[in-house]
Amino acid sequence: MHRLRGAIVPLALLVLWEILSRAGVFSPIVLPPPSAVAVKWYSGLLPGLPYDPATESYWHWVFSGEMPHDAIASLGRVIMGFCVGAGLAVPAGLLLGTSDRLYGLFNPLLQILRPIPPIAYIPLAIVWFGLGNPPALFLIALGTFFPVLVNTIAGVRQVDSIYIRAARNLGANSWTMFRRVILPAASPFVLAGMRIGIGTAFIVVIVAEMIAVSDGLGYRILEAREYMWSDKIIGGMLTIGILGLIIDGAMSRLNDHLLRWHRGLER
Amino acid sequence: MSAQIEIANASKVFGTGASAVSALDDISATVPEGQFLCLLGPSGWGKSTLLNAVAGFTPLSAGQIRMGGRPVTEPGPDRGMVFQEYALFPWMNVEDNVRFGLDIQGVPRADATVTVDRIVATLGLSDFRKRYPKDLSGGMRQRVAIARILALDPPVMLMDEPFGALDALTRRTLQDELLRIWSEYRKTVIFVTHSIEEAIYLADRILVMTYRPGRIKRDLTVDIPRPRDTASGEFNALKRELAGLVMAEQQRFTSAELHGAAVD
Repeated sequence: MHRLRGAIVPLALLVLWEILSRAGVFSPIVLPPPSAVAVKWYSGLLPGLPYDPATESYWHWVFSGEMPHDAIASLGRVIMGFCVGAGLAVPAGLLLGTSDRLYGLFNPLLQILRPIPPIAYIPLAIVWFGLGNPPALFLIALGTFFPVLVNTIAGVRQVDSIYIRAARNLGANSWTMFRRVILPAASPFVLAGMRIGIGTAFIVVIVAEMIAVSDGLGYRILEAREYMWSDKIIGGMLTIGILGLIIDGAMSRLNDHLLRWHRGLER
Repeated sequence: MSAQIEIANASKVFGTGASAVSALDDISATVPEGQFLCLLGPSGWGKSTLLNAVAGFTPLSAGQIRMGGRPVTEPGPDRGMVFQEYALFPWMNVEDNVRFGLDIQGVPRADATVTVDRIVATLGLSDFRKRYPKDLSGGMRQRVAIARILALDPPVMLMDEPFGALDALTRRTLQDELLRIWSEYRKTVIFVTHSIEEAIYLADRILVMTYRPGRIKRDLTVDIPRPRDTASGEFNALKRELAGLVMAEQQRFTSAELHGAAVD
C-alpha cells in the first residue's frame, strides 16, 4: 500500500506531461511526450538485425542493440577506471594512514589536489592522452582515486587503540596487526570511499564520453542533441539513471555482505 | 617460568613540571603464583596505569615489574589481559576471536580447533560460535574475552574492571565462572575493581590503593572460605572496614575533581 502511494506522484506527473505534450503546449523538440520517449527507448533496446545463428551467438545478438552496446561500453569504462583508481588509492591510503611521516609529507599536497573536480582535468587529459579511451579512463580513475584515498587514510588513522592493545597482548607482530586488525577495522571507511568513488566515476564517464570517445551513453545523448532527438536524449538519461541505480545497489549489497559484522548495520 | 609477579618500587609520573601528576608512587608488592589479587581503590589513582605496566603497555617512570624474575618490557601472551570494554574484534565471530591468539602463536589448525572447542565449551559459548560480537550481550562478550586469553593458557590473567559494565546478576554469574576457571587452571590473577564487595567475593588478597599519589594503603588477606556468602557476618565486617578506607580516598578524589584536577 505504501509502495503504491509512492507511485502516485510520478504517475500523475507522467500523465500531466503526456497530456500537455499532446495538447501541443511544448514542441516535441523541447519536451517530447513520455510515450514517445518510451517507444524510442524500447527500440534502442532491441537488436537492429534479425537473429542469425550462423554469424553470432544468441547472447551477443540480444545485447547488440544500440543502447545495450552503449551501456556496456560505459559500464566497462567505469569498472576499468574504478579498478585503476581504487587499485592505486587503497595501497597509497594504507601507506599514508600507517606512516605519520609519509602522511606529513603528502597530506598538504593531497589537500590541494583533492578539491579540483576531475572534470577540470579534461583539457589536460586530452593534451596528455589524445582522444579515445585513454583520457576517459584517466578521468574516471582520477574521480575514483581521491574519495577512496581520503577514506582509506581516515579509516586507518581512526582504528580504535583498544584493538591494537588487545592484539599486542595476544602477541601480534606488525604484519598480523596490519592484516588482521588494521585492515578489517578500516574496511568500513574504505568501502564507503569506494561507494563514493564509483558514484563519481559514473558522473565522470558520462562527461568524458561527451568529449573523447564515440560510443557510450554520454556520447549517445550528445549525438542525439546534434539531431534534436529529444526523445532519444531523455531515453539515454533514463538508461544512465537505471545503470547508476544498479551500480549503487550492487555496491550496497556488497557492503552489507562484507560488513555483516559491523554495528552500523544492525537493523 | 614462574608466574610470580614482582612490582618493585614502581613509580609513574604523567606530564612534567608543575602539571606533573604522580599516578604511582613507589609501589612494591609481590604476587605469588596462583594468587587472586584485587587492586581496590576509587577512580583516579592510576589502577589502570599499574595494570598496564604489568601488561607491558605503559613504561614506568622508575622501578620495575618482574615476572618469574625477568623484567617485563613489552606486552605478551603470558599475561592475558581482559579489558572493561571487552575489546573483542568485531569483524571476527566468537570462534575466530578465540582462535586469533593461537593463529598468532602459529599453532597448527587442527590443534587450535581442539583448543577452541574446549575453551568455548568451558565458557558456555558453544551455541554462539558463529555469532559476531555485535549480536552478543555484555556478559557474553566478556565470556568471549576471557575465552580469548584462556586459549593461550597464560600463567597470569590481568583484568581491568572486567565486569564493571555488567548488570548485578550477570556480574555475579561471571564472578563465579571466573573463580571456577581460576581454581581449575590455577592462574595468577590481578583484578582491578572499585567494588568492595567484588574484591571481597573474589580475592585471596586485597591491596587498597590511595588516591594520588597512588600508594598501597592496606595489604590484607581475605581468609573467608569459598564459596563466600556476601550476607555473612565476617563478609560484612570486612566490607565495613574496607568501605572506611576506600571512602576516605574517594573523598580526596572528589574534592580534587571539584578543583579541576585531571583524572586518569
